[in-house]
Amino acid sequence: MSADIRVKVWRGAEQGDFVRYEVPRQDSQTVLDVVTYIQRHLDPSLSYRFSCRVGMCGSCAMTVNGVARWTCRTSVSKVAADGKLEIAPLANLPVIKDLATDMSGFFDKWAQARGLFQGRRTRHDEFARVEPASSERIAADAGIECIGCGVCHASCDVVGWRAEFLGPAALNRAWTLVNDQRDTGQLERLRAVAGDAGCHVCHTQGSCSERCPKQIAPTAGIAGLKRLVARAAIKGQL
Amino acid sequence: MTSAITQAKLWYWQRVSALVMAPCVVVHLAIIVYAVRGGLSAAEILGRTQGNWLLGGFYALFVLACAVHVPLGLAAIAAEWLGWRGRGAGIAATLFGGLIAVMGLRAIYGLTA
Repeated sequence: MSADIRVKVWRGAEQGDFVRYEVPRQDSQTVLDVVTYIQRHLDPSLSYRFSCRVGMCGSCAMTVNGVARWTCRTSVSKVAADGKLEIAPLANLPVIKDLATDMSGFFDKWAQARGLFQGRRTRHDEFARVEPASSERIAADAGIECIGCGVCHASCDVVGWRAEFLGPAALNRAWTLVNDQRDTGQLERLRAVAGDAGCHVCHTQGSCSERCPKQIAPTAGIAGLKRLVARAAIKGQL
Repeated sequence: MTSAITQAKLWYWQRVSALVMAPCVVVHLAIIVYAVRGGLSAAEILGRTQGNWLLGGFYALFVLACAVHVPLGLAAIAAEWLGWRGRGAGIAATLFGGLIAVMGLRAIYGLTA
């Protein structure tokens, strides 16, 4: 094991440059440990975002050696075998400062995709009974564990080409709700996820599914949305 | 008709045309092997294709599927790589689809008539 890791970290906002640091190599070191070391020992002005450190909150995602990852769950030994690290903010999002991106547009897209549950029942009604083995429930289960880290959004080429594209995370959220039999806003949701900014511009490249740290496959959900929207459009329901 | 509905229908047409094109490509490859087995001269190929209306019908279907599929893909490329979208891009893509249809059908007529 070499004594130091040679780290290049993005400093600045949209305009900026990579700055080099030398960080001592340690056992079981994560990329987040490296960033934290830099801020605490080398340059306290470095800005970055993290919270839980154990892969639950999704706030520490960054671009590590060109790939969007959760830094807290990425071992240095896995991604920097040659002792070199390049750490940048997530792609496809505006940079506030250094490694912190502005996620507001990302979450606005969840709202645009009708990512809010709309139910009919009140707390005075009986619980809805959803058959666990139903295909809808299974489809919703497959996408429900998303924690909104933005890794898929940053990995999507189509988001890079079309800034207005809702992106894999928002569409995955819509797909889980489309499969929620309690939800009452289905037609509005299908309208919201159709069109130039919606599911139909996805090229099924699968980068989102490849990179998702939760092993969710937004590509599959988007394909499901395409089928449902096309069916509704052909039937004249939209 | 809203943009969303149009996009959904266009996507559907692109899918349906792709469904048609996929087996057409396989058959086309088989026809190439068949058509050139006696040699690659124009007279030899025309001798096999002229009057073969089954062949003409097959290629007409292939050409029409391409004429639907290609402009949809070109419009997407124009939007994503060149930033060219809207009515102008749609018209240009449609004209290109028309060009494929006209040239393709004309070639089939020349081979089979």
